[in-house]
Amino acid sequence: MSKAGVYIHIPFCERKCNYCDFLSKPGTRQLQKEYVQALKKEIADKKELLSGYMIETVFIGGGTPSFLEPSDIREILRVLWENIASVDNGFCRGGGLADVKEITMEANPGTLTREKLMIYKEAGINRISMGLQSANNEELKELGRIHTYEQFLENYQVARECGFDNINIDLMSALPGQTVESYEETLRKVVALKPEHISAYSLIIEEGTPFYDKYGPKGTATNRIPSEETDRKMYHLTGKLLKEQGYHRYEISNYAREGKECEHNLFYWSGVDYIGFGLGAASLIQNVRYKNTVDMKQYLLQEDVRKVEYVLDKTMRMEEFMFLGLRKMQGVRKDTFAELFGQTVEEVYKEEIMQLKNLDLLEESKGYLRLTEQGIDVSNTVLAKFLL
Amino acid sequence: MAYIDQDKIRNFCIVAHIDHGKSTLADRIIEKTGLLTSREMQAQVLDNMDLERERGITIKAQTVRIVYKAKDGEEYIFNLIDTPGHVDFNYEVSRSLAACEGAILIVDAAQGIEAQTLANCYLAIDHDLEVMPVINKIDLPSADPARVINEIEDIIGIEAEDAPQISAKMGTNIEDVLEQIVKKIPAPSGDPNKPLKALIFDSLYDAYKGVIIFCRIFDGTVKKGTKMRLVASGKEEEVVEVGTFGAGQFIPCDELSAGMVGYITASLKNVKDTRVGDTVTDANNPCEEPLEGYKKVNPMVYCGMYPADGAKYPDLRDALEKLQLNDASLQFEPETSIALGFGFRCGFLGLLHLEIIQERLEREYNLDLVTTAPGVIYQVYKTNGEMIEITNPSNLPDPSEIDHMEEPFVSAEIMVTTEFVGPIMKLCQERRGVYIGMEYIEQTRALLKYDLPLNEIIYDFFDALKSRSRGYASFDYEFKGYVPSTLVKLDILINKEEVDALSFIVHSETAYERARKMCEKLKEEIPRHLFEIPIQAAVGSKVIARETVKAMRKDVLAKCYGGDISRKRKLLEKQKEGKKRMRQIGNVEIPQKAFMSVLKLDDE
Repeated sequence: MSKAGVYIHIPFCERKCNYCDFLSKPGTRQLQKEYVQALKKEIADKKELLSGYMIETVFIGGGTPSFLEPSDIREILRVLWENIASVDNGFCRGGGLADVKEITMEANPGTLTREKLMIYKEAGINRISMGLQSANNEELKELGRIHTYEQFLENYQVARECGFDNINIDLMSALPGQTVESYEETLRKVVALKPEHISAYSLIIEEGTPFYDKYGPKGTATNRIPSEETDRKMYHLTGKLLKEQGYHRYEISNYAREGKECEHNLFYWSGVDYIGFGLGAASLIQNVRYKNTVDMKQYLLQEDVRKVEYVLDKTMRMEEFMFLGLRKMQGVRKDTFAELFGQTVEEVYKEEIMQLKNLDLLEESKGYLRLTEQGIDVSNTVLAKFLL
Repeated sequence: MAYIDQDKIRNFCIVAHIDHGKSTLADRIIEKTGLLTSREMQAQVLDNMDLERERGITIKAQTVRIVYKAKDGEEYIFNLIDTPGHVDFNYEVSRSLAACEGAILIVDAAQGIEAQTLANCYLAIDHDLEVMPVINKIDLPSADPARVINEIEDIIGIEAEDAPQISAKMGTNIEDVLEQIVKKIPAPSGDPNKPLKALIFDSLYDAYKGVIIFCRIFDGTVKKGTKMRLVASGKEEEVVEVGTFGAGQFIPCDELSAGMVGYITASLKNVKDTRVGDTVTDANNPCEEPLEGYKKVNPMVYCGMYPADGAKYPDLRDALEKLQLNDASLQFEPETSIALGFGFRCGFLGLLHLEIIQERLEREYNLDLVTTAPGVIYQVYKTNGEMIEITNPSNLPDPSEIDHMEEPFVSAEIMVTTEFVGPIMKLCQERRGVYIGMEYIEQTRALLKYDLPLNEIIYDFFDALKSRSRGYASFDYEFKGYVPSTLVKLDILINKEEVDALSFIVHSETAYERARKMCEKLKEEIPRHLFEIPIQAAVGSKVIARETVKAMRKDVLAKCYGGDISRKRKLLEKQKEGKKRMRQIGNVEIPQKAFMSVLKLDDE
């Protein structure tokens, strides 16, 4: 039996952040209830599928999962556990749960309470991912976040008190008006808290967001966005500072203490199957990529929810092996490529590898191909080269 | 077919400035004479090609035969030859005129006489045609027929008092035009018993019939079985069919005799053999002298055309061959560019002709093209006394081998309202024009005469003219001759590599300015790469302008929400797709449209 992850999407937020183009809206309590019902039905309907895997990770993302009533989360997980363990697959009933190692939930510091955190803990969640983004209140306000740094700080402490020993903090760089100095201050404050894991992404101005009108190519205040040079300074500062503090970069934007890497995230980059539940959730099941409907009405009806996006043929699998695998700092293992595809990576990507090595964007070490520091800076361009 | 009395034939064409309503009047005449009912008419019957209708211009000459029952009770045969309406096709126009006895001169009742009104009218007078003025667009609120009549009489010097005042659009007073055609335009006067002498004014390739020759019979008679000879090309073939022109169809008949307009088919496979202006005669009983005025038309403007996808090279060749079947003035020969691969150097009558061919290749043959900057033919006199003609800047000999170079000049006439004389003169000076003179047509309008280098007007002269005169200036030109000139070849280096397809020849005085603008333009067009890219413009080994495309410092993916890998894939695919439309020069990817950027240097 092969391993897999489960992703559960909660598309509700107290308010949408100014940079966000992802599927989320406030929604009435009534809609939330209906959604949780539909979600539970979707999970129950997939029990055969779930039972065919060793489910090792669960990730509840959003939106803002912590915006829901905590009992909703408990209910969702209860149904999940039931269905992971419901089919007698040769083990004793309930044995499937033993495989689940990492159960993450995303939380907005503005929506957390001690009560909620205690319920999450009871429900089985063992990893909390807190969206802090910045320790600077002005920057938070600009982003349209609903919390202050102080609120975060308090909830972080409460989470620790509740026994969460695996916490991730999400950060963002290249924010409007942000300087290298203010970013460094955020980093230092966060590191002092000793979270197990830190994600740090550059802000991307996406079309269709309030930020796009302001900071997009034709925006009214584009000059407030730090230059590409500053952005890269912030990135390199992140790596340097976190390294000094005992975090290693295992993926382009993810840093962890030894052994605290996010398994679920690594599944995405390693081609491990995952089953997504909820509005717009993506799945990879036996070389087919699916995506759930993004139409809430249709989702609530639970009819024709999951749609095939791509059936991955050999070419696409080779492409993905490269463009996903190279996001990991250790890179891609050449022998694995050859084992999977019956051709060496050089046979397939001779030109590309040569060109990228010449440009000092790709390097080889101990049988692995990986991005160089420069390669990371322009990873999109590098990764696009591996499309055949 | 019954014998046709020459007295009952009227061969005429319509000449006008662009947009004065030539095709619309032609349509009305066809409609009034009942060849088609108005329901069957599609607007502007004679403009066959989609492109012609879209652009509102006539590209190929069209011909139609109409029977008109006049007020005198007699039936007359009208042969209406619709001529191309653009300066690029001047020679074709002149041959069409030569096939007629008269010309209807349409003048817009609001705009009055324009540059092409004059040019076309003089062309008609030069061919000894009876010019019959018609005032069109009297329905316009700004119409002022009385003023226009005065203009015609004063400027052209022909009687216009009784000119029909019509609205071709509304169908007003079309009868007057038809009656005047009968009364004013002379009947043909050839001798059907003399040896055959006919003028080719157009030809068309038909997949079933082969080449169809459009001709006007001046003397003699031609019928099926006649052994005809084409004097200039020397081709001899037996006539398979003769006939006349219906609306959009060919109507076979027994014979064509002196005075008539019609078509001839034989087993001819190539329009190159049936050159416009050539004389058709009977090989067994040839005429003594061919008709005057034949000349071989040569392209004036050249550019390189390359398939965006190198694998489509054979498709491009096939498409060009097919277009050439119907367009003897289109020339092409294979060429290779380091930057663009295999393609063709193509020759055109002018920039409009170029654009038409380019559009037809893209539309009708579904080809994605990369076109290099158009240029003219330069005459290069080498130190060894040899003269070579250069159509591709890459073929310019080493400067040390060049004694001097000459470039083509045209004589241009620009008609403009007096308030814009200043700006237009300035424009002509900027384009290295030589002032010849100025005449006041009336108090508010002037006719400016300049000699201009052709390479200065093939780009965007017409647009500049329109924008600096708020659309009021009109323009006409004809080839004048070659003039010695200090020309230099401007090379473009991208990332220190010379890109042959971007080289162009320019006058030494404007070289610096052009080089600077070219570098700026390319800087905009070339996307940032992983490394810095210098763009340089050089004359010989001397760099005269430089810009830099900064290196890309950052290109990272956003956070991957919930394992939505498909979104990432789409993003990367989009990035890659963009690259496909680029040309790889060394390490640099250059977008295809950059190769045309020299054309847009004067956009302001």
